[in-house]
Amino acid sequence: MKKSYYQPEDLKKFGKINEWNEALGSKFFDYYNSVFEEGSLSAREKSLIALAVSHVIQCPYCIDSYTKDGLQRGIEKEEMMEAVHVGAAIKAGAALVHGVQMMSRHDQLSM
Amino acid sequence: MKIKSLKARKDSLAQTEKQLEILSGGIFKDGSLPTFKEKVKSSNLPAVRPTALEILQINVGYMCNQVCAHCHVDAGPDRKEIMTHETMEQILTVLQSNTIKTVDLTGGAPEMHPEFRWFVEEVRKTEVEEIIVRSNLTIILANKKYHDLPEFFAKHKVHVISSLPFYKRGKTDKQRGDGVFDSSIEALQMLNKVGFGIAGGSLELDLVYNPSGAFLPGDQKALELDFKKALKEDFNIEFNQLFSITNLPISRFLDYLIASENYEEYMHSLVEAFNPIAVENVMCTNTISVSWEGYLFDCDFNQMLDLKVEASTTHISEYNTDVLSDRNIRLSQHCYGCTAGAGSSCQGSIA
Repeated sequence: MKKSYYQPEDLKKFGKINEWNEALGSKFFDYYNSVFEEGSLSAREKSLIALAVSHVIQCPYCIDSYTKDGLQRGIEKEEMMEAVHVGAAIKAGAALVHGVQMMSRHDQLSM
Repeated sequence: MKIKSLKARKDSLAQTEKQLEILSGGIFKDGSLPTFKEKVKSSNLPAVRPTALEILQINVGYMCNQVCAHCHVDAGPDRKEIMTHETMEQILTVLQSNTIKTVDLTGGAPEMHPEFRWFVEEVRKTEVEEIIVRSNLTIILANKKYHDLPEFFAKHKVHVISSLPFYKRGKTDKQRGDGVFDSSIEALQMLNKVGFGIAGGSLELDLVYNPSGAFLPGDQKALELDFKKALKEDFNIEFNQLFSITNLPISRFLDYLIASENYEEYMHSLVEAFNPIAVENVMCTNTISVSWEGYLFDCDFNQMLDLKVEASTTHISEYNTDVLSDRNIRLSQHCYGCTAGAGSSCQGSIA
């Protein structure tokens, strides 16, 4: 076994997921590809959303993929960084808003 | 950063044998990836063969005023290889006695050839329908003697195809050198002024986009819309079409891929994006590439790898349509660059 949980080359093997369960795997890949097609949101906008989410869920495979996808679409680094900040801000806000719970609990327990 | 050609640096990659060795070794030798020939065969496609020879792409020499980081020609000011008058005459003889639709002039910067204008005028006197000049744009402003090139191009109804890697300064200058973007913009405005690239007009001006890094080009149509919008809004520039071209892993781009440790991943991306439909339309099926010495090749890339046509006639002085139409095209792993995704050719996407 390798010594690290993440292997960069595993991303290239993503399709192998189908080998152990083609029915479910195919459903996933069909769904995934449909999600990223041009729609009410452009494929370009979806790529930036995917990049932001990749950071929030801290998926190294997704970060590699959507940075490259952005470059291919002509998305600029300034746009990529702003998208990452949107994700980071939501994540920070999600942590911080729990502070209200802390304050309520504090006040409830305090004399 | 100012760079020199691989040849001037005496880099081992200036040797075509070294490049071919890399392209056949490593991941293609140990079976991690199929060779291009294997891939074509396993996709049940017929062998890549010529159809009708319509385009003669002529490389008049490797001299250039720019030294682009990705250049597959390894061109630059330090390159002195240049086509002789005799070879140009031999090409004109071929054009007079064969039906060739398009002459596509490239380099280096073809305009730097001292007999460039004479040659264009002579080609115009033949039955050739279209003359393409692949201009790097900055040459127009490089020296006073080139300032009237837009008028010259207009007079001879040249189809101008120009490289502009991006519609913003940063990425363009990083790939092509400091100041290239500003000069390119000014040159495009000069071309627009004499009528090139104007919708509804007859003078064609197309732009070429190629990625500034180890990734494949995105959708040609989407990029064209981005380029058109940005160039119109920011600089009031118009053009006809955008061709998105994949960087092929040879010469300086191969050097970049290896130095930046992107080679294997890039080759994986090319192989993964292999598109059988693109194979049918690769440019080597209807093009013959002529080197500054007059030798014949399947494409400009094979020319840079010194892979001459596999035929009994390999020089322009013995050009023979029948013999050339009946040849096998020489393939190596760089060919994956022309068949990835929507495919790639000197005329952009092909699938």
